[in-house]
Amino acid sequence: MNAIASARPTRGTTSTDPHLQAFARFEQAQSGPAWLFPFRKAGLARFAELGWPTTKLEDWRFTSLAGLAKLPFQPILEAPAAPERSRLDPFPFSQLAGPRLVFVDGHFSPTLSVLPALPDGVQVGSLSAALAEAPAFLQKQLGRCLHTEDNAFAALNNAFFLDGGFIHVPAGQTVPEPIQLLYVCTSREPGAVIHPRNLIVVERAGRVTILESYVSLASGATFTNAVTEFALGDQAVVEHCKFQDESPEAYHIAALHSQLGRAVNFSSHSIVTGARLSRNNIRTTLDGEGIECVLNGVYLTDRDQLADHHMIVDHAKPNCASHEYFNGILAGKSKGVFHGRILVRPGAQKTDAKQTNKNLLLSDDASADAKPQLEIYADDVKCTHGATIGQLNEESIYYLRSRGIGLDTARRMLIHAFAGEIIDRVKHEALREELDRLLWDRLEQTKGLAQQAS
Amino acid sequence: MNPDPILAIQNLQAGVEDKKILKGINLVLRPGEVHAIMGPNGSGKSTLAALLAGREGYDVTAGEVMYLGQDLLAMDPEQRARAGVFLAFQYPVEIPGVNGTYFLRAALNECRKHRGQPELDAMEFLTLVKEKMKLLELKDDLLKRPVNVGFSGGEKKRNEIFQMAVLEPTLAILDETDSGLDIDALKTVAGGVNKLKRPDHATLLITHYQRLLNYVVPDFVHVLWDGRIVKSGGKELALRLEEKGYDWLVHHEPVGA
Repeated sequence: MNAIASARPTRGTTSTDPHLQAFARFEQAQSGPAWLFPFRKAGLARFAELGWPTTKLEDWRFTSLAGLAKLPFQPILEAPAAPERSRLDPFPFSQLAGPRLVFVDGHFSPTLSVLPALPDGVQVGSLSAALAEAPAFLQKQLGRCLHTEDNAFAALNNAFFLDGGFIHVPAGQTVPEPIQLLYVCTSREPGAVIHPRNLIVVERAGRVTILESYVSLASGATFTNAVTEFALGDQAVVEHCKFQDESPEAYHIAALHSQLGRAVNFSSHSIVTGARLSRNNIRTTLDGEGIECVLNGVYLTDRDQLADHHMIVDHAKPNCASHEYFNGILAGKSKGVFHGRILVRPGAQKTDAKQTNKNLLLSDDASADAKPQLEIYADDVKCTHGATIGQLNEESIYYLRSRGIGLDTARRMLIHAFAGEIIDRVKHEALREELDRLLWDRLEQTKGLAQQAS
Repeated sequence: MNPDPILAIQNLQAGVEDKKILKGINLVLRPGEVHAIMGPNGSGKSTLAALLAGREGYDVTAGEVMYLGQDLLAMDPEQRARAGVFLAFQYPVEIPGVNGTYFLRAALNECRKHRGQPELDAMEFLTLVKEKMKLLELKDDLLKRPVNVGFSGGEKKRNEIFQMAVLEPTLAILDETDSGLDIDALKTVAGGVNKLKRPDHATLLITHYQRLLNYVVPDFVHVLWDGRIVKSGGKELALRLEEKGYDWLVHHEPVGA
């Protein structure tokens, strides 16, 4: 591995050995359809080939995984005792109607999950059950939208995933209530690893809202390495929201890869408040004409947290619009990273691609890195990008105070308004209102957020 | 009978960094009185308004400002507002993302809390707001929008007076509220100010032009020149200024010590 690394300096250099050894034990314990073993093995090989990313890689320049690399990496192979249902109640969205799949340390919990009757043909269940019941369908779909050629963690998930959510919406069908995938981490063991794997297939003109949440009941340097794949057929309308609020010691890396058909309307929101280090690799392939895609996110961090969003939007066909909006609210010594790559392939004329990253620094020690990257191989396109880093507007604070509003409340109102630019794009009303409340509560709780840089 | 003053400014001297702007202001406002401060650009009018409302960045080098017997300059801007001081801004700030209704209810409830009154819920607030909006001939959608965002100049000024109507201050300071208004908007704004006058409140109008004073008639007019009040008088002083200009005053009248 080291030899390869030194010969090819664009590759990572940290040892992948612990994972390779763990795989030998892991594979013996796994069952599943015959095709799955070579699938896993290929994932492992890809991971070994790519190696651990280091800051020498351009895509990881701003985000060091040194702390994560030191962890022992122990997959949680046994399902832990499920927590009392009441312990899940304080988590956001617990009062939302609709199906809810609950995973405890990566293991599906039928007792905690809620599965009401669904419209005809709609499937919502665990991926492991789907692998047993419909292996041929899964063989066609699993990994189809996932790009592992430059993503070691996605490859690692291929090798090690245990379970996750499986959602299949057949052609023309609408799921009225949002479908929730809730991942609860109960481990406090440093290096405990969970590889959630979600597969969402929406056929032609299907409509669905999906909410993916990652939360913790204990605090520890755990590692979540999630993959969510979206295969969206022509004219599908899908809203997705990922909420990551893991413990402040946790590491969270996730791939959200989607393949969009003609005239798809896809919006994906990322709300990051948790984890010591988080990285969302969002990759969207616009593979049909007339697509509208919105990638939208807000990260709210404090202390030594790092929140990284790495986007690749691939315009493969003409007449598509993609808009990315990410706002960072950074307190304490925290850091926000935004890397947005827009690729307009030859022939993808009339592309309308827009990318905005705004950061609010609430302390002298907070920082933000933004890297837009446009690669355009068509000549009749509209591509814009912009990044800003700033502080709260003093004039606005003074105006609010001059009407009797206290300094802390004035600051929170302005921060809330900044987050609101993102939250307002959530179309599902109940979800939007809950997110709005959640961020306001978080602003009230987080002391560092009300303290402006001097 | 001479009731206790609402505002008493004594020998106020202030500036920014090395530049002295106010060079010894003396002014007393008693309940029921409307005072107008007139003066050319750069005379210190807006500095005085800003100091009274609590804007940071000014150094007070001498003098004091007492508001209802309290040291006003020692109070934070929000404390002043809660105690009943209101500044209608010359340039109201646009605040994207902060809903107008939400903002004003939060402000009113802070003031009510300070006065020991129960907070108003959304419904009670709406009833109050509807009543006050009629007073200023405001359109309903103004409050649904974020604070001042997308408002015309006239709408912003009317919105300031509307906020004043809701917050019911004891001391209202209007900083160049007439500037940038056409005659119809000026009449509406002045009408609002007149309707809000109360015998136990005081109003300080800061203006460059006499125009506003045709509609809001002051009890006293003061001329501010180079950081000092150089002349005080009744409403007729404003008319003479309008006729003869500020130069007349400085060059032909002895400047008060």
